[in-house]
Amino acid sequence: MYEYDQYDQAMVDARVEEFRDQARRRLEGKLTEDQFKPLRLMNGLYLQLHAYMLRVAVPYGTLDSRQMHALADIADKYDRGYGHFTTRQNIQYNWIKLEDAADILADLAKVEMHAIQTSGNCIRNISSDHFAGAAADELVDPRPYAELLRQWSSFHPEFSYLPRKFKIAVIASETDRAAMRLHDIGINIVTNEAGELGAAFYVGGGMGRTPMIAPCINPFVPLDRLVTYAEACLRVYNRYGRRDNKYKARIKILVHELGAEEYTRQVEEEFVHLLDQGVEPPLAELERIKGYFEDPAFDTGANARIDRSDPDFAVWVDRNTVEHKEPGYVSAVISLKPVGGIPGDATAEQMRLMADLAKDYSFDELRVMHTQNIVLPHVRKADLHALWAALDEAGLGSPNLDTVEDIIACPGLDYCSLANARSIPIAQRIAERFAANGKTGTLGELKLKISGCINACGHHHAGHIGILGVDRKGVENYQLLLGGSEAEDVSLAKITGPGFDENGIVDAVETVTTVYENERQDGERFVDTYRRIGMNPFKEALYG
Amino acid sequence: MRLLTGNDLKTGAVTWWTGSDWSIHVEDAVDVTGSEDEIARSEEAARRVNVPYAVDAELHEGSPRPSHIKERVRAIGPTVRPDLTLKPADPEIGNWVI
Amino acid sequence: MAETLRYRDDEPVDHPAVTVDSFLDQSNASAVRIEPGDDARALVPHLERLALIEVNFPAFGDGRGYSSARILREAGYEGELRAVGDVLVDQLAYMRRCGFDAFEPDKQFDRDDVTAALERWPGVYQQAADDRTPIWSKRHA
Ligand code: HEM
Ligand code: SF4
Repeated sequence: MYEYDQYDQAMVDARVEEFRDQARRRLEGKLTEDQFKPLRLMNGLYLQLHAYMLRVAVPYGTLDSRQMHALADIADKYDRGYGHFTTRQNIQYNWIKLEDAADILADLAKVEMHAIQTSGNCIRNISSDHFAGAAADELVDPRPYAELLRQWSSFHPEFSYLPRKFKIAVIASETDRAAMRLHDIGINIVTNEAGELGAAFYVGGGMGRTPMIAPCINPFVPLDRLVTYAEACLRVYNRYGRRDNKYKARIKILVHELGAEEYTRQVEEEFVHLLDQGVEPPLAELERIKGYFEDPAFDTGANARIDRSDPDFAVWVDRNTVEHKEPGYVSAVISLKPVGGIPGDATAEQMRLMADLAKDYSFDELRVMHTQNIVLPHVRKADLHALWAALDEAGLGSPNLDTVEDIIACPGLDYCSLANARSIPIAQRIAERFAANGKTGTLGELKLKISGCINACGHHHAGHIGILGVDRKGVENYQLLLGGSEAEDVSLAKITGPGFDENGIVDAVETVTTVYENERQDGERFVDTYRRIGMNPFKEALYG
Repeated sequence: MRLLTGNDLKTGAVTWWTGSDWSIHVEDAVDVTGSEDEIARSEEAARRVNVPYAVDAELHEGSPRPSHIKERVRAIGPTVRPDLTLKPADPEIGNWVI
Repeated sequence: MAETLRYRDDEPVDHPAVTVDSFLDQSNASAVRIEPGDDARALVPHLERLALIEVNFPAFGDGRGYSSARILREAGYEGELRAVGDVLVDQLAYMRRCGFDAFEPDKQFDRDDVTAALERWPGVYQQAADDRTPIWSKRHA
């Protein structure tokens, strides 16, 4: 894992003091709310429905147990004993006081964490593959590239007042576990014909009210040009992205309006110019960072067999563990989706337990998934049963990864000031329905994603089944969408038709799964069946 | 009726204008029809409240109940965590909010 | 109007800046004002005869002027580069990094806040238009 050196630590410490000073000036009335808002947002501090909300960055989703303990301590000391893990691999606290915010940032800085640029119209936390460094199918570990870009984007003098937020994801495998093409910039680390590593740039993806899939604008940027190329992409956006309408300000609109070709041409021109400006760190810097991401000392002789005699354990192994590059290991997913619970929420106690288990069983490492679960990336197969038993006892053993119970839900109207409708109760009712009718397992992989408004924080456009909360004359209403995906088979979901009320939407989800069960052919997932038979059979069953 | 609401600058807590001060309990709110802008301006300038705004409400069993669901969620707390609301012991509060 | 904060030793230009359009049309003006929508590169062929370029920030959240500034410095402009308008003290450090060396904010800065803002950062992560050495360069010195 990356460790701060004296430079990184000094920067984060300076930021804490800067924010302390800004908060003081706000409390003394030297800054108006309009002036303070972008400053607090760039430190992850929102004003939400009930209080201030603080979003803490978990760069590329990677944490060690000391950091997870610190997150738990913050939940207890400054919040109400819990936190919410988000689709951008971060954690949010819902009950923060402005008076405490600088102290929280100081506590975070002690464990090499921060809330820098977790909101605001700047380059946000950089996300990555949650199985990075463990996945059997990855080309290289994508995190060193993400860290290089994290440093480049931190306190960027030119790009801190962009037209709109800017999100970057980095992956390094064919399988996309990070919704790479739904980001402002998606980077895939690839090899060229000569076998050299480079970066494919996808620019102009995003969700929100106009979802778009990013086109590839350059299939191979050499590694010693990575930062320069990113700088060129951003400069063109900063100069020409729309500022007249906040709903048209994301880079996806610029790329769409110019056309990918013209945008690319402008980027290439700026890139050639920037090549002479010395903005690229030397490759030695990338090598230095890579040094922190070397494999832990895997036991290469570890037994690759799992004793499956305990049936409950076997179900969990089948659903919640994922193949690892070392045959004696797996990546184990801790579900934060207990049936009837709040997707992505974890109590301080649960955080501490996960931290301790990571220490005992996963080389001290944890990952936050964009699906709002936690991963222990490197677990010896021989340790799995003990791990599962400890999780199960703490209510963290739900065997439901990638099932209909593994729902992504944004905070919605229970917490969010922009919401039209509640998301969490819908997730709860759906999970309960399928747990009760026993179909969770038989439906196989089914990605269900719920957003409480058009901003799409819950990725509803990318759900095999998506749900969008809307406001119908002051009453919560829910639209149903089908056929989205954020993986390598990326696609945008389509609305089925008129919306439903709270009970109606739960029934509607059950109805479309019944259509799938009746129509599916061997090995088809829900989304495969939808793609083969199209929307009509689902519409008929829903509105018939 | 119209209620004036905002958040406490220091704590972020949801507050309601009582006619002379700010309260976290919506029951204490008073009708501000006609004077909302003026109160909002002077209270914000004094930093006793952050981003105040007025909302529509009706009287419900003698107490003000905001017309929009978002304001009712704000007034009480998250519906999915009754233990964290202002009325953890009131089993009927869900019906008031929704 | 607040006083101008200057980080240069030469004499300030004493005549008003003209718009980019009228500068390009006419003139022998040596001071020009860039609006957010103007293309800073249009000035590049004429930098020799410019002693002051003002970059206007009608709203502090519109960050196009940061790119304009860097582009001008990258093109070799060495005259005064002045940020004017809705410029906030919390933006000073970034603006200095983009090459601004004078500030004429709508609302006067507090002196202590200026000092704090400019002395804040122990290092920088990027190469920009100032002479600060990026952290990555120090690491591999
Ligand atoms: C509760 C406070 C939150 C607020 C006020 C908020 C606000 C927003 C807004 C305004 C957008 C649309 C941006 C645009 O299209 O220009 C957005 C998008 C998004 N947010 Fe949030 N959000 C919140 C919480 C969350 C949470 C909890 C998550 C993760 C679970 C999240 C993840 C995202 C993602 C992934 C997007 C879509 C990005 C895209 O459009 O490409 N947000 N958010
Ligand atoms: S999708 Fe809407 S309701 Fe949900 S968190 Fe985002 S902004 Fe809030």
